[in-house]
Amino acid sequence: MNRRLRPRLFPGLTGMPRVLTIAALLTVLALGGTFLLDPFRNFQLGTAAAYFCAVAGLSLLIGLSGQLSLGHAALMAAGGYGYALTSNALTDAGVDGVLRFVVSLVAGVAIACLLGLLLGLAAARLHGPYLAGLTLALVVAVPAITSVWSGVFRGDQGLQTAYNPVPTALERLIALEQWQAWVAIIVASVVVTALALVRRGALGLRMRAVRDDETAARLNGVPARRVKVTAFTLSAAAAGAGGAVLCFITQSVGPGGYTLAFSLLLVVAAVLGGLGSIGGAAIGSVVIVVLPWALGAGAGALDLPRELEQRLSGNLSLLVFGALLIVVMILRPDGVAGLAGTLRRRRAGSVPAPAGSASTAGPDSPLPSAAAASDAPESSDPSRTIPIER
Amino acid sequence: MDRLAFLLATGLARGAIFALFALSLVLIWRAARIINFAQGAMALVATYLAFAVTALTGSYAAGLAAGVLGGAAMGFVVERGLMRHAPHRSPLAGIIIAIGLVMVLQSLLGIFFGPQYRPMAAPFDETPIFVGGVPLLSPYDLFVLVVALSVMGILALLFTRTSLGLQLRASAFAPEVSRLLGVRVDRMVTIGWMLSAAVAALAALLLIPTELGLNPHSTDVLFVYAFTVAVVGGLDSPVGALLGGLTVGVVMSLVTGYLGSTVAPIGVLVLLVAVLLVKPGGVFSMRQARTA
Repeated sequence: MNRRLRPRLFPGLTGMPRVLTIAALLTVLALGGTFLLDPFRNFQLGTAAAYFCAVAGLSLLIGLSGQLSLGHAALMAAGGYGYALTSNALTDAGVDGVLRFVVSLVAGVAIACLLGLLLGLAAARLHGPYLAGLTLALVVAVPAITSVWSGVFRGDQGLQTAYNPVPTALERLIALEQWQAWVAIIVASVVVTALALVRRGALGLRMRAVRDDETAARLNGVPARRVKVTAFTLSAAAAGAGGAVLCFITQSVGPGGYTLAFSLLLVVAAVLGGLGSIGGAAIGSVVIVVLPWALGAGAGALDLPRELEQRLSGNLSLLVFGALLIVVMILRPDGVAGLAGTLRRRRAGSVPAPAGSASTAGPDSPLPSAAAASDAPESSDPSRTIPIER
Repeated sequence: MDRLAFLLATGLARGAIFALFALSLVLIWRAARIINFAQGAMALVATYLAFAVTALTGSYAAGLAAGVLGGAAMGFVVERGLMRHAPHRSPLAGIIIAIGLVMVLQSLLGIFFGPQYRPMAAPFDETPIFVGGVPLLSPYDLFVLVVALSVMGILALLFTRTSLGLQLRASAFAPEVSRLLGVRVDRMVTIGWMLSAAVAALAALLLIPTELGLNPHSTDVLFVYAFTVAVVGGLDSPVGALLGGLTVGVVMSLVTGYLGSTVAPIGVLVLLVAVLLVKPGGVFSMRQARTA
């Protein structure tokens, strides 16, 4: 039943070139798509791209290595603060433009990476609920950290960064929001392509092995602890990049943006899309940007009493997201990505598949003596192979 | 010196509440092998119920009883309605469903009751009694300590001295064998959830009067602290929950008293990391608990 479906897009390409080609194509499409959107939509697109980095990292962490983090907002905050502090230091030193952005981005990612490494080292010793609790405590401590060291982090008001204008070469062509969306899309595509390569590479395979049976993985020579720590660090780096990009778009970073509720929203996006799926993470990120806005606009259009409207704002989207999380987890644990896979398989199953008929013909093949002589008949039976790819 | 004594005493009273809430987490963990991240939100719903009943009848005791019974009802509904249907393929599914439940409950409370803090009166005086010229516990703190410790005592008796307790323990530790021996394991899991949610509701009810008041997020911090307590004590150990709760309560009280209340969450984080790095299963954990 584990028949691999032939991809419809570029069937000739496989492996790493295939991932890179598709990534490049999607990036160009997204960049082109910004011309169709008004500035507010481009701002939303940029935000979604920033979330996409974090959600893809989180989805991989939960789906592949089986570690649940409720503190990815804190890791995004680390990236954002790293970006803002570096950017402000560079502004004071007279550096600006692309160089300032790139160096600040790298600094943000590095700080998130470091924090992720520390957490990962603790996480490697912990089982699901313990790790979830530790990351929960981290995200709850973010406002406390920013106010205790308010000399650096400026407490509740957070840090402001200098404004990054559209490069002069593009000034006549695109608006500021579009430029910001471009930067966000390019960063997201680099980060997510890296994650996609990890996912299908040897490390991804090891992560699945550790998730499914840590003892068996260890017996097969997989360094389980190192794999878990690496997974956490990678995921933290992706979240850090997302935080840095968000700081670039909004030109500020503060504890108010990185609450526990936001952390849970990232989990919602990862689960809705389908844990472990990159395409699902993209859909989830768009949903968590668009749905609150759509619900707010919908509630605003209903002309409700002022008091009720105030109570609904924020709470309504939280309610919908919570309900979605429960329903998806109980009825469709594979999320949107799983749904798409089911549909594709069903469509492919309606035509007689040659691979399927060959496997059913296997047991009563015209050479029973040869089959009986074989010492390991199971190994040739395709239905007995263990599916590695979900 | 006076200040230290005062902080220690209030820390013990606060710690008793943390211990009670942590005990509720331990109860579910032992019954169903799940950390219920929705425990705080469920307890909060029960607290709103208690608030409403007290406002209607004017009696604190009626409110308390309604809150505890409401908590047990929440436990029943959540276990039968949601957790039983969680996919068993991944241990994370239950946690994720609980997180969804937190979002649903908090947003519903926010929609129905608004974001404002509602003050909730304590049944006793909250000014401290002076012992030998040193301010120590308030009558309310004493009430909290007595209630918390006696509930823990009753639970200990229930688990070690009654047939129900034996069945609860058996179905938690060896569900298959218990089923063969005629224990209704499903029913025991439900009873475990109801007990646990009732205990959590009681802890929230005891805490609210000493905090800012009733709000859709009142129990967030309580949950994080209680989770720390449960981890510090070891998720399998009720005694660990009690000792861990008193320890964390005193540590938090000292940190808040000497360094300020904003530092307290950092103190919790540091404590949690330290314990997890040294003893990942908790200070009082049993050896087998590690495989769960």
